[in-house]
Amino acid sequence: MKQIVVISGKGGTGKSVLTASFAALAKNKVMVDCDVDAADLHLLLHPVIKERHEFRSGKTAKLNKKICTQCDQCVALCKFGAISDDLTIDPISCEGCALCSHICPAGAIAMVQNVAGEYFVSDTKYGPFVHAKLGIAEDNSGKLVAKIRQVAKEIAEKEGLDYVVIDGPPGIGCPVIASLSGVDSALIVTEPTLSGLHDAKRVIEVAEHFKIPVKMVVNKYDLNNEMTGCIERFCEDKGIAVIGKMGFDRAIVESMVAGTTIVEHCGSRIREEIVNIWQELTV
Amino acid sequence: MIIAVASGKGGTGKTTIAVNLALSLKNVQFLDCDVEEPNAHIFLKPEIKEKSLAFIPIPEVDEAKCNVCGKCREVCAYHAIAVIPSSNGDKGSVLIFPHLCHGCGACSLLCPQKAIKEVNKEIGVIEIGMSQDIQFVHGTLNVGEIMSPPLIRQVEDYINPTKTVIIDAPPGTSCPVIVAVKKSDYCILVTEPTPFGLNDLVLAVEVLRKLNIPFGVVINRSDIGDDKVDQYCQDKKILILLRIPFDKEIALLYSRGIPLVQKKAEYKEKFRTMFDMITKEI
Repeated sequence: MKQIVVISGKGGTGKSVLTASFAALAKNKVMVDCDVDAADLHLLLHPVIKERHEFRSGKTAKLNKKICTQCDQCVALCKFGAISDDLTIDPISCEGCALCSHICPAGAIAMVQNVAGEYFVSDTKYGPFVHAKLGIAEDNSGKLVAKIRQVAKEIAEKEGLDYVVIDGPPGIGCPVIASLSGVDSALIVTEPTLSGLHDAKRVIEVAEHFKIPVKMVVNKYDLNNEMTGCIERFCEDKGIAVIGKMGFDRAIVESMVAGTTIVEHCGSRIREEIVNIWQELTV
Repeated sequence: MIIAVASGKGGTGKTTIAVNLALSLKNVQFLDCDVEEPNAHIFLKPEIKEKSLAFIPIPEVDEAKCNVCGKCREVCAYHAIAVIPSSNGDKGSVLIFPHLCHGCGACSLLCPQKAIKEVNKEIGVIEIGMSQDIQFVHGTLNVGEIMSPPLIRQVEDYINPTKTVIIDAPPGTSCPVIVAVKKSDYCILVTEPTPFGLNDLVLAVEVLRKLNIPFGVVINRSDIGDDKVDQYCQDKKILILLRIPFDKEIALLYSRGIPLVQKKAEYKEKFRTMFDMITKEI
């Protein structure tokens, strides 16, 4: 069983469009949407939820004003500025370290378990799909990513599947590292812009840091052929294979509006290119 | 006044809106708070005058003072401390996992032996400069580093309240976004009229409502996709600040790192009108 993650550094380069296409093309796989704070893959895969689980993670400080002696020690010691001068705890700023509850001389601060989101095991016409919804303004997205990856891996092992295909989040921080750690390979989707190249370079460094082999796809390559050339030369120097180039195509937006994957959308010219990318990715 | 530019979905045009708004106004300070993937410098090309390293405090154990009591491990909410107990005359030891540490200070404060002090761990760099008359600040997270919120907070420590402050926020709806937009007086949400754009806009709106920050929407590439974003904004009585139609020339300028208003001057007026709309809203 192999785990493949699709990442990009920069947002909006086409990760989910490509991952959804892999769902339609690949056999014997489980799909995972690890972009837990802006998940979109379900809009194309149309899951029927089979299991729904609460994701409990972290704690939040809660002050009992009846016992509080207003000594203000917690206000000064909180490193996250979560306790205001009038002794109100902002649950959004609180990172659950519990320092305040430890030092409160009156014992007026309790730590309360958070429900930080939900995750789902679903059926789709493409096979099993594990996805999640982070609670509004919650943190711990990295832990939720780790959780759903573990669930997907268990499904793959139990059902003897060949692939875990992961749609990753943008950026290079916590949820990206959680999506990337321990995978067999990463596909980086970029676009021919200075920003796209800048961000791809950084996410490549992250993948190298964790010793994950990477391959590259340039989306909308014909919007700036010169820049596409720069990206190809950069990849050649780094020994990174550019396994596909997708042209700018309004059919991508049309397929999204129709709620279908681009490879199943009628009249799509880039189906062949994506079939080829999936083959190159799995050789 | 502090204006943050955010979006649920990535790649909708946050940096385009933030940069071009900054270039259309006077007396501006620009903060790029997308510290994982900062891009505004590509367009604003600031002359960097000052660089400072950004740190978070992590614990360091003085082994001579430590009696391996395990209190630090017990109070660490992030499992960033492990204790190897004493055995066979060996004293045992305390292990710190710096990448899990949030820098809360509980271990050092609560250590009965006062054996833990906080030392700085570098997480990124903050650069300050000028782009013509725009004051520019951005942070860049070190590769392999998990925690972007502390760096974002440190970039925002440079906020200059005498100026119109424009914050370019990261994508998504979780902690880095919340930290980036929290201090703002108004938030511009940039979206595109597609199912992905709408889905993530709805999430971003929920976040701003929870944070109680007033906001309006910019619809980028407004002539692609469908009209569901428009319908949603109408239903929820959300102000649409600006629409920018899809234009290959705009895409090409973006790809080369050229700000839109530099080549299409008519947009300066549009951004100023948007700014006037925002000032009336707050």
